[in-house]
Amino acid sequence: MKTTKLKKQVVLKGGMILDPMKETLKKGDVLIENGKMKSIGKVTPTKSADVIDCSGLIVTHGFCDIHVHFREPGREDKETLDSGSLAALAGGFTRVCVMPNTNPPLDSPESIRYTVDRGEECPIHIHPIGAITKSQNGKELTEMGAMLSEGAVAFSDDGLPVTDTGMMRNALEYATMFDVPIINHAEDLCLKKDGVMHEGKISTQLGLPASPDITESNMVHRDLELTQLTGACLHVPHVSSAKSTDHIRQMKKSNNKITAEVTPHHLFFTDEDLITYNTDLKVAPPIRTQADQKALIKGAKDGTFDCIATDHAPHTIEEKEGTFDLAPFGMIGLESCFGAVNRVLVKENKFDIIRLIQMLSVNPRKIMGFETDLFTNGNPAELTIFDPNKKWTFKKSDIYSRSHNSPFIGEALIGRVRATIVKGHITALV
Amino acid sequence: MLQQKHLLGLEGYPAEDIQTIIDTAFTFREVLDRPIKKVPSLQGKTIVNLFFENSTRTRISFELAQKRLSADTVNFSASTSSLKKGETFKDTAQNIEAMKIDAVVMRHPTPGAPLHLTQHINSIVINAGDGTHEHPTQAILDMTSLHEKFGYLKGLKVGIIGDISHSRVALSNIHGLKTMGAEVTLCGPSTLIPPFAEDLGVSVNYNVDEVIEWADALNVLRIQRERMGGGLLPSVREYRNLFGISTERLSNHKKEIVIMHPGPINRGVEIDSSVADSDQAIILDQVLNGVASRMAILYLLLGGKQEEGNS
Repeated sequence: MKTTKLKKQVVLKGGMILDPMKETLKKGDVLIENGKMKSIGKVTPTKSADVIDCSGLIVTHGFCDIHVHFREPGREDKETLDSGSLAALAGGFTRVCVMPNTNPPLDSPESIRYTVDRGEECPIHIHPIGAITKSQNGKELTEMGAMLSEGAVAFSDDGLPVTDTGMMRNALEYATMFDVPIINHAEDLCLKKDGVMHEGKISTQLGLPASPDITESNMVHRDLELTQLTGACLHVPHVSSAKSTDHIRQMKKSNNKITAEVTPHHLFFTDEDLITYNTDLKVAPPIRTQADQKALIKGAKDGTFDCIATDHAPHTIEEKEGTFDLAPFGMIGLESCFGAVNRVLVKENKFDIIRLIQMLSVNPRKIMGFETDLFTNGNPAELTIFDPNKKWTFKKSDIYSRSHNSPFIGEALIGRVRATIVKGHITALV
Repeated sequence: MLQQKHLLGLEGYPAEDIQTIIDTAFTFREVLDRPIKKVPSLQGKTIVNLFFENSTRTRISFELAQKRLSADTVNFSASTSSLKKGETFKDTAQNIEAMKIDAVVMRHPTPGAPLHLTQHINSIVINAGDGTHEHPTQAILDMTSLHEKFGYLKGLKVGIIGDISHSRVALSNIHGLKTMGAEVTLCGPSTLIPPFAEDLGVSVNYNVDEVIEWADALNVLRIQRERMGGGLLPSVREYRNLFGISTERLSNHKKEIVIMHPGPINRGVEIDSSVADSDQAIILDQVLNGVASRMAILYLLLGGKQEEGNS
């Protein structure tokens, strides 16, 4: 992977331009001048222009992931904002929202300011999500107003649920003043207990403590009802079960303030893949059954899910090499995201590529209130260039994260990011 | 002589290999009846008994089996807290293997730990119980005992009574007995039977009297007292009334039934002393067959082939 400063004039020549706003996919060139979008269509490059051959490739909006964990501050051995940025670039992501469960957590205006300032130094755009409650203890609201002024874009205690229903109501009600999304990690911990995977035939065979799908869907349903009550914006993260998908689909019919995301790993794997006790597949919420996987794919197709988010969660080799009960929950996902979701949705389930790109670009930006019309002339170039048909096997050497906890290693993926343009630079994958 | 290098569990374990182990166990039973109970089969082999969890009977049974086969044995007892302190599971495993050993017998509180161990070392791994997952040597000794008693396993009706959810003995018995063509019914409090148990190909019945009426043999599991009085079971008295194998209960059934128990027994809770000590109980035969079965397993896994360059 190599990052270089964009020349004064850059022409992306001969590719297919996918415009997720206008929902078009047609042949064309892109002219970038001084790092800004200049024109799209037929471009005749000047002599000094840097011409990048994009034939056979698709040029589109830079991907946006609204759910990543970059572990800074506190666990820089797992990931930093810098190393996480590299992982993002390798996956075609130009913009991410980082979750606040750092050490200390992002639960104050000062910590939000720190992250925003550190993010400025990074090669991608980084937006902090603030904690809902102080120290993520589920008891006291954070200073949301001041945190928003410093650059927070949403609130979440991700990693932990807001268990107390009264507290969750307060958080949603308070957030209505600012009209920003509240993101709740929905898992009923009383039902989850020491569960480390989905409860089913496989967990019974493996003898592992497990929790059923309603551990998630019960709380998702509670949150949807509370959203109805308060009129707040609710974003449901990493949906893992058919039941939650149904609840969201149902409630979205009458409430346009509800959005939801699905992860590549919940779309790609089933609990049967855990049969070898692979700790890289230990995630919260857990990977569920084939029936759940099918329901998630259907939810992506019918618009129940607005976006794809990776829940990129780095952990050290030492932690993940331990026994299954001691290994922490989470997997990385930025680098493997596109090849995985493109394979499952577009290649195996006849999903429209334009729809998939919307779920990776326009839709997540809309949820967070970011600029969505990236192709407008004069806007800073924020683009992803990919090969939609490339078949490849994901390897350890494809990982740029500081951690390597990926169950995608060794998996056959389809579609590969070739280059990412953001903040006046182009990053090319060899 | 066996198809798999390790013995990690009985799920998917070949029926012919289980039969080979049982047949070999009977041969070793004869050795145990001799005045000098020792054979040189595993002379020069080194086996480490790696116990991350307390165990008395399984460890002694393995150790005796190893000594009777003339293997060199080392016992290593470690609390998992030392792993939590810093040394990783991988380090522990690789350190032990670096000392040049042939096999590891491991007991560990985490399901999957023996499989995990095989990914880090080259020695033969024998699972002596991994959390709530499997305990294959216990199931083999149970099947050896049933085979000894009945002369066959195919079509045999076995009831497993007690806390199934937290029992590695139950899971290994289910897989082993199903593979050998026996029928299995699980019986116990509904809070202690896994919700997906029937997916394993067994029946579930909460009425112990119906199970007694149906079964040829009962494998009565230990009910741990720490499960009582929590959210899972109200009291010892309630358990005893509903599931306890008492003399009165058995006397209501006009049939002979074989009683097994993997030990240690909670007398007066899951089984009455009068039943445990009766002629229909084969609990002490299980203990003796445990040594013979483990000798068979060790012999078949370690002694099967002569290594190159070894005279």
